[in-house]
Amino acid sequence: MERLVDTEDEVMLRDAARGFLDENAPVSAFRANRDAGRAFDPGLWREMAQMGWAGVLIGEEHGGADMGHRAAGILAEEMGRTLAASPFLSSAVIAASALRAAGSERLSQIAEGAALYALAVDEGPKHAPDLTAMEARPEGNGFRLSGRKVFVADGASADRVLVLARSGEGDEGLTLFDIEADRAGLARGAADSIDARDFATLEFEDVEATGDDVVGEVGGGLAALAPGLRAGQAALAAELSGLTAGISAITLGYLKERTQFDRAIGSFQALQHRAAHLFAEIEVTTSAVAHAGRVLDQAPEDAQLAVSVAKARATQTAKLAVMEGVQMHGGIGMTDDYDAGFFMKRARVGAEWLGDYGHHAAIVAAMRGL
Amino acid sequence: MPDKLEDFRTEIAEWIAANLPEELRGQPRNEDTICWGGRKWQFRSQAQKDWLERCHARGLTCPRWPVEYGGGGMSRDEEKILRDEMNRAGAPSPLESFGIWMLGPALLKFGTDAQKAEHLPEITAGRIRWCQGYSEPGAGSDLANVQTRAEDMGDHWLVNGQKIWTSYADKADKIFALVRTDREAPKHLGISFMLIDMETPGVTTRPIRLISGASPFCETFFDNVKVPKEGAIVGEMNRGWDVAKYLLTHEREMIGGGGGGLIAGTTLSEAIGDMDMVAGADPVIRAQAMELEVDTLAFGLTMERYKDIAESGAGVGHASAMLKYYGTELNKRRQEIVMSARGSDALDWSEGLAAPWLRSKANSIEGGTSEVMLDIISKRVLELPSK
Repeated sequence: MERLVDTEDEVMLRDAARGFLDENAPVSAFRANRDAGRAFDPGLWREMAQMGWAGVLIGEEHGGADMGHRAAGILAEEMGRTLAASPFLSSAVIAASALRAAGSERLSQIAEGAALYALAVDEGPKHAPDLTAMEARPEGNGFRLSGRKVFVADGASADRVLVLARSGEGDEGLTLFDIEADRAGLARGAADSIDARDFATLEFEDVEATGDDVVGEVGGGLAALAPGLRAGQAALAAELSGLTAGISAITLGYLKERTQFDRAIGSFQALQHRAAHLFAEIEVTTSAVAHAGRVLDQAPEDAQLAVSVAKARATQTAKLAVMEGVQMHGGIGMTDDYDAGFFMKRARVGAEWLGDYGHHAAIVAAMRGL
Repeated sequence: MPDKLEDFRTEIAEWIAANLPEELRGQPRNEDTICWGGRKWQFRSQAQKDWLERCHARGLTCPRWPVEYGGGGMSRDEEKILRDEMNRAGAPSPLESFGIWMLGPALLKFGTDAQKAEHLPEITAGRIRWCQGYSEPGAGSDLANVQTRAEDMGDHWLVNGQKIWTSYADKADKIFALVRTDREAPKHLGISFMLIDMETPGVTTRPIRLISGASPFCETFFDNVKVPKEGAIVGEMNRGWDVAKYLLTHEREMIGGGGGGLIAGTTLSEAIGDMDMVAGADPVIRAQAMELEVDTLAFGLTMERYKDIAESGAGVGHASAMLKYYGTELNKRRQEIVMSARGSDALDWSEGLAAPWLRSKANSIEGGTSEVMLDIISKRVLELPSK
């Protein structure tokens, strides 16, 4: 097993990503996007794609950089640190991983940053792919898709949609489709998400899908989706880990400079011990996130335990970091002018997306005999 | 270089296969199987004695120490290979002691050649068992508040005072202790690191019975104890605090480097037993166990990551206080959950669950309390201001 510390190449990748994001996508850029009602900056995404980020998980034969999941995690961590909004997770991680496993022809478009993807899987307030009810009714040589998908990340801006639908009974009755987002019968409505990113509700009404649109096998939807979900969960955990580092750095700075009662508030032991405890939680989560990337790179089929530990930990640690962030800032932390709230809102969305704490803790417990 | 290491791995594996007594293979590590050595030591078996002697002859009791003192002269990589191969073979540690963990490293860094030559070979061979005399009734977290005093009597020191929490003092041959050699100096500066033979007249010990029923710790009393001056003090006179501080950091890095027993050998699922039986009707215990499992797995990975950092030569530094803090708090949580899951069954001493549960309460006190660890993190790692 590769070590859990960054390799020399990874240190270089991280430094380069940090330099780029600090300059081109600081939190102030996120604020500007939010104020303009823009989920992300397409120009920024083009630049990311030029640097190879869109193809981070795509083979060189399709124009990708093929750097692997740990590298994708490092990029996600750095984006989380400055709250950089982009289609990275939806397209470059989730769709790329699912379509790569299925041998899709569309990978080169993703690697170029030309095709934006969204994953439409959830139908209720909690992530539960196996409970998918959306209908894929056989008709002729193809299917007709009808139903409703919610909480679809990048759903309003995507060019194509990966959608999971029920073609039969049970876990073997689910099929994954890859269709263009403007296909007849598909209506998209953007949600007003607290994190100011693109989340959408998708209504399918007798949308036509052919055998060519099927990813993997008919009835093999869960298996086809698994590589994408695992990769997305690991990268989202990494983003949350970066977000945690971002808000914690801001909070620590504030503890050192803010004075009350004629002393820096960071000199009060009541706050010091909470900051130290947060440091400990962050260190433990950092390890789990790095490990998930490593296992995905080396033994992807066995990665679910590592990925679920990482997503569960990252969710909890981010929650602690943003809550402590706001509380330790006091009143200013509650104002919209200050950035702390942005971190809190994104952490809440990240907590739910692709499975919440309980979802992943239950997977861990089941795999560990509890 | 890697080839050389692979040769080393083969050589060590073969050596273990040829020398490890079969009855020791896969033995659980506990108080009944550990070999502590020392003048008073009674081997549990001939196999334990043979294993110690063979390992000592091969330099494996202290793999990183210089060969001239009975060590193995190994590099960091070689030691890791040794550890891997020992684990793979299910071989028990041939010898454990405070001499190996603490005094040896202190002598190697601060000792004179004569001190090293006198004490290190006795430690590597397991002939002398050391104990640690730091804490006093009035010096717990405020460790530098040492009151045990050593007066200069010309050819010897006259030591008077009391130590507490001296692990296994009743079974040890010698003690390394912090004593006050200058009562006028500021409290961190008048302390010396002194070596004292436990058989010297005036040294007495009394075991302390813990809430868990066991007595691993003692009170140790010094009543007009005459310590010959020759080689008695390690490092500079009145600078014993430097030695003690070095050892405390070393100890915590060791926790990061070797596991330090922070993670129990059995899984939570094994410790709890049939979850449906014990906690089927109690979703709260089940949820707590699930959370603990997530945190335990992530903490195990963190120990590995810190080991990687330490082995890369970067050094973990004060961040190792985090491992001590988190690992001990995690173990306390685990013991609470196991007790709670097993309900009234766990309340009988003979079930063997109550003693480790109670003993775990000391984890976050001994070796620096959790609160001291949080202080170290906030001041040394996060660099939060003191005022």
